[in-house]
Amino acid sequence: MYYCGKYPIIEKKTLAKGVYSYIIDADEPADEAQPGQFAMISAPNYTLRRPISICGIDKERGTLRFVFEVRGKGTEEIASLTEGESLDVLAPLGNGFRIPDGKKIVVVGGGIGVPPLLGISRCSGELCTAILGFRDYSKIILEDEFRENGSETILCTDDGSVGQKGLVTFPLAEVLEKGETAAVMACGPTPMLKAVVKMCELYKVPCQVSLEQRMGCGVGACVTCSCLTVRNGKEFYSRVCKDGPVFNAEEVKFDG
Amino acid sequence: MVDMSVRIAGVEFPNPVIAASGTYGNGECYTELYPISKLGGISCKGMTIEPKLGNPPPRIAETPSGILNSVGLQNIGVHGFIEYYLPTLKEEGNVIIANVAGATIDDYIAAAEALDASNVDMIELNISCPNVKAGGATWGVTPEGAADVTKAVRRATSKPLIVKLTPNVTDITVIAKAVEAEGADALSMINTLLGMRIDIRTRRPILKNNTGGLSGPAVFPVAVRMVRQCYKAVNIPIIGMGGISTWEDAIEIMLAGACAVQMGTAIFTDPYSPLKVIDGIADYMEQNGIKSLSEIVGQCQEW
Ligand SMILES: Cc1cc2nc3c(=O)[nH]c(=O)nc-3n(C[C@H](O)[C@H](O)[C@H](O)COP(=O)(O)OP(=O)(O)OC[C@H]3O[C@@H](n4cnc5c(N)ncnc54)[C@H](O)[C@@H]3O)c2cc1C
Ligand code: FES
Repeated sequence: MYYCGKYPIIEKKTLAKGVYSYIIDADEPADEAQPGQFAMISAPNYTLRRPISICGIDKERGTLRFVFEVRGKGTEEIASLTEGESLDVLAPLGNGFRIPDGKKIVVVGGGIGVPPLLGISRCSGELCTAILGFRDYSKIILEDEFRENGSETILCTDDGSVGQKGLVTFPLAEVLEKGETAAVMACGPTPMLKAVVKMCELYKVPCQVSLEQRMGCGVGACVTCSCLTVRNGKEFYSRVCKDGPVFNAEEVKFDG
Repeated sequence: MVDMSVRIAGVEFPNPVIAASGTYGNGECYTELYPISKLGGISCKGMTIEPKLGNPPPRIAETPSGILNSVGLQNIGVHGFIEYYLPTLKEEGNVIIANVAGATIDDYIAAAEALDASNVDMIELNISCPNVKAGGATWGVTPEGAADVTKAVRRATSKPLIVKLTPNVTDITVIAKAVEAEGADALSMINTLLGMRIDIRTRRPILKNNTGGLSGPAVFPVAVRMVRQCYKAVNIPIIGMGGISTWEDAIEIMLAGACAVQMGTAIFTDPYSPLKVIDGIADYMEQNGIKSLSEIVGQCQEW
C-alpha cells in the first residue's frame, strides 16, 4: 500500500548548513516502510514532488524521518516548513535494501547519500560497518547515530579535515580484505558508486546500490525515472522509482 | 447522487474524468492508493506494435507551472499489453482506452488489428507524440498525414476511434476536420507542446533528448482555446486535456466544448486530484441544477 497525505512535522533539526532532518507523525506509512525506500514530498508551489529517502522508521512511535539537503528551489520550499506544519508525503515507495540476516555487512555512503543507510545500521547494529565520505568537516552528518547503533564507523573527507583523507574505497578495500563481508550497500554520487561496485567485483562481494533519477510520479506510472539495466544479456530501461531505487549492482549500466 | 455519465462514440463513461496516456501506466500503479474504478476511464500508456526502449534519461524536467517529458514511448508492445495488463484493467477499471503510436502506417494498422481482436473499449490514435524521431507527431502535423493514418486505422478496426491531436501546428482545425472526414469518432486534445530547458551551469539541455513535451497548468489556456476552435469546426465529440488540475478547470474546458476530460500531470502533484475533480464536478452540478453534463458542453458565450 501507498499512503498519500499531510503528516505533522513533530521535530525539525538542522544537521549541517543547508541539511535538515524532519520527523513526521505518520503511523500507516511508518508501519509499512523498509530501509532504502523513499517518499515523494510535495514542494509547496511546485508541480513535481521531490524524491527523498526514508532515513528513519520508528514503527512503535509511528514516525518517519527524512534528512535532505537544499539543492534547488523545491527543497528550499520544503526546508522553509516548521514544526507543527505538515509535510505532504506519498510513501513508502520503491524497493528497499535486502539485508542479509545475522551476517556482516558494509554500508558505504557519500554526502547526502548517507541518510538512507542509517536504517540498515539500525537493523544490523554491530554487524554493520559504515564507511561515510564527506567533502569536508562542515558536511558531516549522522556519524554519531551510526555509532549509537553499534556500527563501526569510518569517516573519510576529501580534504582530510576529519577522518581518513580521500576516497571511501580505501577503507572499503581494507574491510573487504578480511573476507567476512556478506554484502555491501551503497548510496552516493555516481563516481563513488562506480568505484564501490568495482571494488566489490574485485572481492566478489554482492553489492546493492541506491540510485537517483529525476522523477514524475514516483510510483512506476510515467517511466521518466529510467536507468539503463541489463538482465540475461538484454539491456533495457528500468524505473528507479518502482524497480529500484535499490538495484543489484551487476544489473546497472552506469554509463547508459 | 447526480448523474455524471457521458457517452462518447457509443461508449458510456460513469463520469467524465479519464487518466491521460503516459501518466497512469496501465492502471497498475495507482491501485495501491484507490480503486481505479473511481475514474471514468483510463487511457493506457502509449503502445507500439513492437516493444520500444524509449529515450535515454533524464526524461523529465520541471518548468514554471508544468513539466517537460521525453519518455519516447517506452512500452512493452501491443501484444504484451493485451496479455499482461488488459485482463486486470478490464476487471478493475471502467472504460479502457488503448493509446496507439507507430512509425509507419503499417505499424498503426498492425497495432489496431491486434487491439480490434481484444476487449479494449476504444482506441486513441496518438499521432502527436513529440518525443520520437520517426512517426508520432510527424503524422499529426499535416492534414494529409493525419488523414492517411486515420483512414488506414479506420479500416483496420471497428472499435470506437479517438484521434489525439498535437498543438504544434499552425491551425489545429484543419487537422481536426481532416481526421473527422476519414472516420474519427472523437478527438482528444491537446498533446504536449514542444519545449526545451537548458541548465545554465553546464550549458546543456536538462533532457537528454534535448527537447520534450510541455504539460501541466502552464498549457491549460492553450488547451481551452484549441478545444474551443475545434468545437466550432467539427461535429464529433472532443475529450479535453492539457493542464487540467481542478474541477473548475474541468468545467471551463467543458464550457469551451469538451464533453469529457483527461488528467495527467496533476496526478503527479496530487495522486488524488482526479477524484477531487470528480467530486467537485458533482457538487457543481448539484448546486447549479445540472441534470446532465451535456447541458454545459460548448456553452461558453463568446463576446
Ligand atoms: C530515490 C531518491 C532518494 C533521494 N533521497 C534523498 C535524500 O534522502 N536526501 C536528499 O537530500 N536528497 C535525496 N535525493 C535527491 C533529491 O531528490 C534532490 O536533491 C531534489 O529532488 C532536488 O530538488 P530541488 O527542488 O532542490 O532542485 P531543482 O533543481 O529545483 O529540481 C528540479 C527538478 O529536478 C529534480 N532533481 C534535481 N536533482 C535531482 C536528483 N539528484 N535526484 C532526483 N531528482 C532531482 C527535482 O526533483 C525536480 O523535479 C533523492 C533522490 C532520489 C531519486
Ligand atoms: S517516476 Fe514515474 S515511473 Fe518512476
